[in-house]
Amino acid sequence: MKRRDPLLIVDGLRVTFDTPRGPVAAVRDVSFVLGREKLGIVGESGSGKSQTGRALLGLLARNGRMAARQLAFDNVDLLRAGEGERRALRGGRISMILQDPKFSLNPVMTVGEQIVEAFRVHANVSRREARLRALAMLEAVHIREPGHVFDAWPHELSGGMGQRVMIAIMMVPEPDLLIADEPTSALDVTVRLQVLALLDDMLARRGAALIFISHDLNLVGSFCDRVLVMYAGRVVETLRADELQSARHPYTRGLLACQPRVDGDGSDLPTLDRDPAWLR
Amino acid sequence: MPEGRTGSQLDRNRSSLLVQAPRQIAGTALSLALTFAGLTAVTFVIARVMPADPVLAIVGDRAHQDVYDAVYRELGLDQPIFVQYLRYLGQLFEGDLGVSIMTAQPVLVDLLRFFPATLELATVATLLGVLGGVPLGVLAAVRQGRWLDHLIRVIGLFGYSVPVFWLGMLALFVLYAKLGWVAGPGRIDIFFDGMVEPVTGLILVDSALAREWEIFRNALGHLVLPAGILGIHSLAYLARMTRHFMLEQLGQEYILAARVKGVPERAVIWRHAFRNVLVQLITIVGLTYASLLEGSVLTETVFAWPGIGQYITSSLFNNDMSAVLGGTIVVGVCFVGINMGSDLLYRLVDPRAR
Repeated sequence: MKRRDPLLIVDGLRVTFDTPRGPVAAVRDVSFVLGREKLGIVGESGSGKSQTGRALLGLLARNGRMAARQLAFDNVDLLRAGEGERRALRGGRISMILQDPKFSLNPVMTVGEQIVEAFRVHANVSRREARLRALAMLEAVHIREPGHVFDAWPHELSGGMGQRVMIAIMMVPEPDLLIADEPTSALDVTVRLQVLALLDDMLARRGAALIFISHDLNLVGSFCDRVLVMYAGRVVETLRADELQSARHPYTRGLLACQPRVDGDGSDLPTLDRDPAWLR
Repeated sequence: MPEGRTGSQLDRNRSSLLVQAPRQIAGTALSLALTFAGLTAVTFVIARVMPADPVLAIVGDRAHQDVYDAVYRELGLDQPIFVQYLRYLGQLFEGDLGVSIMTAQPVLVDLLRFFPATLELATVATLLGVLGGVPLGVLAAVRQGRWLDHLIRVIGLFGYSVPVFWLGMLALFVLYAKLGWVAGPGRIDIFFDGMVEPVTGLILVDSALAREWEIFRNALGHLVLPAGILGIHSLAYLARMTRHFMLEQLGQEYILAARVKGVPERAVIWRHAFRNVLVQLITIVGLTYASLLEGSVLTETVFAWPGIGQYITSSLFNNDMSAVLGGTIVVGVCFVGINMGSDLLYRLVDPRAR
């Protein structure tokens, strides 16, 4: 693959859920092109940002359907790819970090088992090799006693450690694209920055791209290169992260305005105004 | 930094596991002793306060008052009830459960004959229920909302709600009387009765040990129907519970994480979801097995199966309190034993419970 080629092309993505009350559109006509960069997707809950991420992996809930004009990852047509082909991509080339390690780690499998599994699904290596690789990976996510943690159970880990283990699991097959769905929302504020710094470091070392899904506009602005602002299943504005403060769309400006500030005057935060005209 | 602390924290968890093990065993033994004391005390008191007169049951209505008094004293009924209870406990520890009025044999001898019949039936029925119900439940959950799921749910509803005695009679009529595919009521043909040395009391095991395959086949032919019918019942229940547990686990985040990793669907179901379901199933299977060991009077009656349910019931009707007490104690010990067993297994499977 040439360095210039886009890694991911999303054109006209739609995600619809069949509910007893009829179909509900969660993502309506989302398009973007991703290179080897860090893209943030920001929006309130229900804006369709998480479903966009899951659609890229082909992992919608049972009642979900997706359609697009084009959905291509590194010249692989994701719309035409069979389940086997998609599974090979999953984890191997596109991976995802979920919100809370308390729920996203299997409680009855040891940490080591879960890293080894992630590696061996994609690489034909012996158990011993996979174990060494897993230990190295634990070290890479700054876990000080990898041997100890390898044999630990998920409930014995703290939140920050758990998320670092999660990063180890999802990065061990060396994917080209990592989707991080609110990766730090369940963590203490103090460990949040550590985990983000670690993520940044791992991505840079491997030259992987990132889609960072969050509701926190400022966090995404400081961490990513580009930001997509979603509202009600649509992209309402795309910005370079350093231009965030000069956002033009009233929704983005509304999101920025309702962030509390340490040096603020303590008055009530403004409520978001929503205009049905945005959806046209 | 949190890591520096966590290493030693893990150490502490490990070592506390070592310290805890003997303490847990001691605790379990103590609760076992208390349960046993409670069990015997309650059944003993109930047996004694019943308006049935154990002396009359032995000497008959027309016995002379002197005979009556002599037997009354001989049974120790002139003593206060707690003395009687302690005496009963003492005898119990010597293996003396009293003599059954109905069979004129020591209760222990009776129990050694009746309990294995129930044990054999309950074990085979539970095996059928687990081997059939658990995979069906998993299958139904994986195919949620499709026709296979509906079919399994209908089978489950049928198996769970159809009366055992009706299904038993029907099965006997069709499969035994009309088609002759299976053997009829009882544990074994009279011809073979008593031909193998009772080692365990389980005819299947004993005949297999003696390499008497004809007897083994005959006993199996007798066992198939009652075990099958009890098995369908537990199969239905276990399928329902497994489906429910499985759906619950399949909706968890760690399942999504496993799929993100690219784990094949079969491994997602069995390695990830089912291992968590197993934790919940252990308790349910234990309870099902224990309730079958209590003896199922209806099935035993329909199939003339000489099991403990029938033994306790008929002893009760005959005011044969030593037999009732002995039977109840056996059932109680089974319950406690199985609970302990599933507790241990549970800890083995679920690291959070250690």
